[in-house]
Amino acid sequence: MDGFIRTEQIADEATVSRRAFLQGTGLLLGFALTGTGTESVFAATASQVVENEITGTFAPNGFIRIDPIGAVTLVMPMVEMGQGVYTSLSMLLAEELEVRLDQIRVQHAPPNHALYANSIIGIQNTGGSASVRAFWTPLRQAGAVGRNMLIAAAAKRWSVDPATCRAKDGIVFDASGLKHLSYGELATAAAKLPVPAAADVKLKDPKDFTLIGTRAKRVDSSIKVDGRALYGIDTRLPGMTIAAVAISPVLGGNTKTVDEKAALAVKGVRQLVNIGEAVAVVADHMGAAKKGLEAATITWDDGPNGKVSNADIVKQLEEESRKPGAVARNDGDARKALAAAAQRVDAIYQVPFLAHAAMEPMNCTVHLQKDRCDIWVGTQAPTITQSQVAELTGLPKDAVKIHNHLIGGGFGRRLEADGTILAVKIAKHVDGPVKVIWSREEDIQHDMYRPYYLDRLSAGLDATGRPVAWTHRIAGSSVMARYYPPYVKDGLDPDAVEAAAEPPYALPNIHVDFVRVEHPGVRTSWWRGVGPTHNVFVVESFMDELADAAKRDPVAYRKGLLGHNPRALAVLSLAAEKAGWGSPLPARHGRGISVQFAYGSYTSQVAEVEVAADGSVKVKRIVCAIDCGMHVNPDTIEAQVQGGTLFGLTAALHGSITFRDGRVEQSNFDTYLPMRIDEVPVVETHLIKSAEPPGGVGEAPTAIVSAAVTNAIFAATGKRVRSLPIDSNSLKSSS
Amino acid sequence: MAFTLKINGTPREVDVDGDVPLLWVLRDVLGMTGTKFGCGQALCGACTVHVGGQPVRSCQTPVDSVGNTAITTIEAIGNTPQGAALQKAWLELEVVQCGYCQSGQIMSAAALLTDMPKPTDDDIDAAMSGNVCRCGTYQRIRTAIKRAAGV
Repeated sequence: MDGFIRTEQIADEATVSRRAFLQGTGLLLGFALTGTGTESVFAATASQVVENEITGTFAPNGFIRIDPIGAVTLVMPMVEMGQGVYTSLSMLLAEELEVRLDQIRVQHAPPNHALYANSIIGIQNTGGSASVRAFWTPLRQAGAVGRNMLIAAAAKRWSVDPATCRAKDGIVFDASGLKHLSYGELATAAAKLPVPAAADVKLKDPKDFTLIGTRAKRVDSSIKVDGRALYGIDTRLPGMTIAAVAISPVLGGNTKTVDEKAALAVKGVRQLVNIGEAVAVVADHMGAAKKGLEAATITWDDGPNGKVSNADIVKQLEEESRKPGAVARNDGDARKALAAAAQRVDAIYQVPFLAHAAMEPMNCTVHLQKDRCDIWVGTQAPTITQSQVAELTGLPKDAVKIHNHLIGGGFGRRLEADGTILAVKIAKHVDGPVKVIWSREEDIQHDMYRPYYLDRLSAGLDATGRPVAWTHRIAGSSVMARYYPPYVKDGLDPDAVEAAAEPPYALPNIHVDFVRVEHPGVRTSWWRGVGPTHNVFVVESFMDELADAAKRDPVAYRKGLLGHNPRALAVLSLAAEKAGWGSPLPARHGRGISVQFAYGSYTSQVAEVEVAADGSVKVKRIVCAIDCGMHVNPDTIEAQVQGGTLFGLTAALHGSITFRDGRVEQSNFDTYLPMRIDEVPVVETHLIKSAEPPGGVGEAPTAIVSAAVTNAIFAATGKRVRSLPIDSNSLKSSS
Repeated sequence: MAFTLKINGTPREVDVDGDVPLLWVLRDVLGMTGTKFGCGQALCGACTVHVGGQPVRSCQTPVDSVGNTAITTIEAIGNTPQGAALQKAWLELEVVQCGYCQSGQIMSAAALLTDMPKPTDDDIDAAMSGNVCRCGTYQRIRTAIKRAAGV
C-alpha cells in the first residue's frame, strides 16, 4: 500500500512516463457525455492495454502488473472511500491469481472507460453498491488469466504439461513440487505468451476458495492509523499554492464587491481570483488564504434564485404530486380494487434534502499548463471528471491527467465533478499548481443534495386485512435525468422508484408512478442509497400502517405477504428472532421492523427504541439480518452494516438541509448534526450463508434503518412518523 | 513572525502570523498531513493533536499560543505506549473505513488512556464525543479503546 503514501506522490511527477501505462489511453468517450452503452472491461484489445513501465512486465489485462523484480501490482478499477473495496476487489483477483494479499500493492486506476467501466453502472464510477457485484466475475477471470499464463510460462521452461503444474503464493510448482519459479522470474516469459480470452479460463469452484469468504485484513488499514495515508487534500507539489474559496451563497449569484487590496495585505496571500460565481484567495498556506478571504469582505448579487425557500419547494411538490407521473409499475387495477376495498388507508410522506458532509471537505489540486492539465483529487467518477475538464480547458482528453486518491468519505458526493471544475476555473488564473480547499461551511452549503421527496400512498385492505390495492406516487428531483439521461425513459427515473416499484410483497393490484419536480436554485445528486433511502422508509412505514389497520403484528403481517419470496422471508424471520421480537419491553419502549430488496441484497432490521417523556428518541439496539449472496469478506460486510446503518440513522434523527432566501440555513457540524459516539446504538449483524452471486452492501443498511426506527417509535408511542428527520416535539408524552 | 515549535521532539522554525491556526502550520508549512482538516471550528476533532500532553483542536489553536510546549501529532503517537497499543488494537479490530477522521480519533483516545488507563463506557463517551466519524466506525472505536486498555 505504499502507493498511497508520500513517497509515491513525490515520485509521481518525475515518473509520469515510467508509469505511462496507468495514464489511460483516452480512446473512448465518457458515457455521460456520449450516451454510449456499456462495454466489457475486457473490451480493450491487448495493444490498448499497456505501455509497460519496466521492460518485461507481465500485464495480461488492465488489472495485473507483475514486473521481473517480482512486484505484483493490482490496479483498482473502483476507488476506495472506506467501503473496503480495495481489499475485496484485491481478494477477487488474488484468489485466482494465487497471490497473498501481503504480496501485492494496489494502485488507483486512471480514467479508462474500456478497461475499468463498471458493468452495472455502465461507466467507470464507484457507487450504487455495485463494485463487488460488477467485478465479481471479471476480476476473478482476470486473475485466472494471469495465473494460467504464468503457469504456461513455467511449463514451457520445464517442457512439461501445464496441467501438471500449480501455483500458490506467487510461485509456480511442477508436479513434484521440487521445481519452482516465482512470478517475478516468469513475468518476462509470460508477457510474450498469447492472452487467452477471459471467458475461456476455468474459474475455481467456490468450495476451493482460500481467500474469498475469509476475514482478510484490509489492505489500507496500516497507513490510516499513523497519518501516512494520502487523500486528495494532502497533495503537495513543488511551487504549489493553496486557495480558500467563497462561492456565491445563492446558486446563480455573482460577486458585487470584493476588497482585493485588503486580502492582498494579509501576510502570505499571493493573489485574489474573482470568477464571479466564486472568489478564491491564493496563498502560501490555508491559514493566510482563509484570513485573506475574510478580509476581502465580499458582497454578492443574489441573481434569480434569491427567494428560494423550503416552504415554496414543499408547496410545489404538494401541487405537482397531484398530477399523474411516469408509470413505474401497474399490475392489476389498483384504482378499482381500492374503491372496492373493505378498508382504505391514505398517507403522505416527506423526506428532506440531505448533505453528504463527508469528513474530507471538497478539495482539488490543479496544475493547468498550455498543453496539459493535471488534477489531483479523490473522485468516484474519473472518466466524467476527465471529460468535463477537457471540455472546459479545450485540451484533448488524454492531456487531462487524473491522479486519483483515497477519498475521505464519498457517499456519492465525489460522483460529481463540480469541485474539480471550480478548481480548474480558478487555476486558469494561477501560475503553477494550486490546491483549492472548501471550508466545511462551503462544503455543506454548496453540496448537491439528496432530493426532497413527497410521496402519496393509498392502500385498500380486504375484510381479513390483506392489502388488495396499493398506489404510490413519488414526487421529487430526478438525479438520473441530469446525470445519466439515457437511463430515463418516458420520464421514468429508475433510481427514484427503486424499492418502491418492486416492494418484496405480494401485492395483486399495484400502481407506482414518479413525478419529476425540479427546484431552481437547488442542486441534487446521489447520496448513499439514493432512491431506496427514501422509498424503503416510505414503503416500510406504510406497510406498518397497514398492519396496524389490520390489527396484526407487524412481523406476522409481513410474513403473510412474503410467502413467494423466500430470501426476503428468511432475513425478516432471522432479524425478528435475533431481536427477540415479541418479548416484553418497558413502557415507551418499542421495536420496529423493516425489510427490503435493494442493490441485489435482502436486508431486514429490527430497531429497539426508547422515547423519553420529552419526546427525545434513544435508539438502543439495531439487529440486522442480511443475505447479500456469497461473502467476499464477512468483516467488511459487518463494517458496512455498522457504518451504513449509522449513516442512515444520523439522517433519520438529525439530517435536514433547508433553504431560505436562496441560502442553505445549515453550515457546519453544529447545525447539520452528525451522530457522535455517545449516541450510537449497538448494531448486530447476522449474515445468511448463500451460494448466490454477491449483492451490494454499502447502501443497504443506510436505506433500511429509518423505517425500522420510526416503526419502533410507533410501537413505543402510537405516533406515526411520516416525515424525516424525526421531530421529537411531536413525540412528547401527553401525560 | 518567527516561531520555534517543538513537534514530535524536534524543533521546527516557521514564519507566519501569530494567529494562524496550528493545523495549517503543520499541514501546509511543515508538510505534516497526517493531521486532518474537518470543520475549522473545533466541532469534529479531525485535527486533534497533543499540546503538552493534552488533546487540542489544532484548527482553533493559534500558533502563538503554543510557545515551547511540546506538540505530538499522529505521525509520532505510535512512539508512546498508549499510541502504540491503540494503533495495534485499531488494526486488529479493523476499525478504519475511509480513515480520514482516524488520526484525530487515535489522538483523542491516546490522551484518554494517558489520563485514565482503564476507562469506562462513560469515560469513552466523554473523551471521544468531540470526534466525528461519518463512516460510522464508532462501535469498533469503542471496542478498540477497551482492547488497548485491557478492559
